[in-house]
Amino acid sequence: MKNKLSSILITFAFVFVFVLFYKGLKNTNIYTPEKKINNVVPLFTADLFSTGKKVNSIELFSAEKFYLLNIWSSWCVPCRQEHPLLMYLSKNKIVEIIGLNYKDKKINAQSFLDELGNPYKNIIFDKEGIYAIEWGAYGVPETYLIHNGVIIKKYIGPLNEELIKEIKSLIK
Amino acid sequence: MKLLKLFFIIFIIFSLNHLKANNENIKNDITKNLRCLTCQGQSVYDSDSEFANSIKILVKKKLNEGLSKKQIYKFFKDKYGEWILYETELNKNTYILWLLPILIFLIGGAIVFKNFIFKK
Repeated sequence: MKNKLSSILITFAFVFVFVLFYKGLKNTNIYTPEKKINNVVPLFTADLFSTGKKVNSIELFSAEKFYLLNIWSSWCVPCRQEHPLLMYLSKNKIVEIIGLNYKDKKINAQSFLDELGNPYKNIIFDKEGIYAIEWGAYGVPETYLIHNGVIIKKYIGPLNEELIKEIKSLIK
Repeated sequence: MKLLKLFFIIFIIFSLNHLKANNENIKNDITKNLRCLTCQGQSVYDSDSEFANSIKILVKKKLNEGLSKKQIYKFFKDKYGEWILYETELNKNTYILWLLPILIFLIGGAIVFKNFIFKK
């Protein structure tokens, strides 16, 4: 009786481990970032890109309306791809866009804006990439939808037509 | 008197040096326990990616601001979630992770005890 019980237990344990590992085989080992939202706008003081003036992050998002924070860089190829969509949003005054220039040279960033247009109301200059970390960013491009000082949506990677539609419906 | 002054100056220089080295050690400790989220299987300390380099700068800045190790971990946990820490804290999601090895050790010990010691 005791032998029977232990053989059943051992078989059960083997089956359990096999199923567990077999399922694990099919899991992707590429990390998908966790999108932590409903965080409040982080508090920090940074330089503005255009004037070099120090500005408090809370002041930039103080009004009771929707804001879009876009992390971009002149060396980032997908940023170039999404730029026309940001221009469309700003030209039609759909939402106010604040930029965060990530680990860039000022001259390169300025020529990027001269070439493709400037959709940003204000740009935070983040030379060392530390303010992007304050936002919980992984890289460029990344976009955050903010309402009443709370991050309500986070888009990792370049924006596309579908996401623009989603943003528009959220704002309504 | 001059000798005393010289000794005093050397002492201050050495102690300042030690303080700086100590901060550097804490920074290394912290970055070794932070996962580089844009790399695979590397800590922030090991990685040279844009993301990891920014985190290294930020950790240094936070240490200079006087934040403790625990406060810095909390800061990163709030931004990126528990996953960024290699050594997870004990909470309701990680009970099994922390307690299972102890449990297995105890059960194993009990089996060994029962089979080899009691049999004698």
